[in-house]
Amino acid sequence: MARVVVDVMLKPEILDPQGQAVANALPRLGVADVASVRIGKRIEIEFDGAADLDRAREIADKLLANPVIEDFTLRVEETPAEGGDQ
Amino acid sequence: MTARIGVVTFPGSLDDRDAARAVHLTGAAPISLWHADAELFGVDAVILPGGFSYGDYLRAGAIARFSAVMESVIKAAGDGLPVLGICNGFQVLCEAHLLPGALTRNQHLHFRNRDQALRVESTTTAWTGGFQQGQEILIPVKNGEGCYMADERTLDELEGEGRVVARYIRGNPNGSLHDIAAITNAAGNVVGIMPHPEHAVEVLTGPSIDGLGIFTSVLAHLGARV
Repeated sequence: MARVVVDVMLKPEILDPQGQAVANALPRLGVADVASVRIGKRIEIEFDGAADLDRAREIADKLLANPVIEDFTLRVEETPAEGGDQ
Repeated sequence: MTARIGVVTFPGSLDDRDAARAVHLTGAAPISLWHADAELFGVDAVILPGGFSYGDYLRAGAIARFSAVMESVIKAAGDGLPVLGICNGFQVLCEAHLLPGALTRNQHLHFRNRDQALRVESTTTAWTGGFQQGQEILIPVKNGEGCYMADERTLDELEGEGRVVARYIRGNPNGSLHDIAAITNAAGNVVGIMPHPEHAVEVLTGPSIDGLGIFTSVLAHLGARV
């Protein structure tokens, strides 16, 4: 089994009010040196056979990310061999 | 002949019954359409109602776009069928690329529901012909992800071509760019609106009956076309 990980992030110019809310909460943890926080999504796609990056890119482009407001990156992630140590 | 207006129900739609009632009040026949059925039953127009289709999973409207009924709606919209998306329906229309831009989390992060004043900016669409240019109307707004976003080029295009259909006045409830509450496609048959005209059709339950104008406008549009 092969896994492709897709990271979806709001484009830099799009305001991320969720990230801002988290950043604003940090001083309450005593954290004062964080300039900004931005929140995205991590999506793991498991293929039956070999990782198909082109197919994963199509999935990301058509469904997982909205190109109007979001960018995505993808990469193949090695998964432990079956029966191997977890 | 009585006009037949389809109202789509997705899993998670909330306002399909209200939209059907608004259609009924205008004298037209509401026709229930089902997300998993590509058949449009020859309706004269389609309404995508408010709610949380597919639980708003991934992004509001993102999964509804790939439903069987939307394939037919997208095709029919290209042939000029009047389509109205209200709230979640607006989000679905943007995800389906029938309208440009995207609707994102309200800037203040709060779900906002209140009666909202709007100014009608375009009366040349299939759904707004019965209003006066610049007319102020009052209809409920209720959304968590109603902040309209688009790049500068798209905004310039919308403004330049008179495709901003309605704007928020006396306060922007969600941070939408250019105070945009409703837009249309280039042909004027597809309109997306974030506030809810179907909740302002009867004195008993609405802040006004200003919303009726949306539903009577499409009948006039259909009548003129026949």
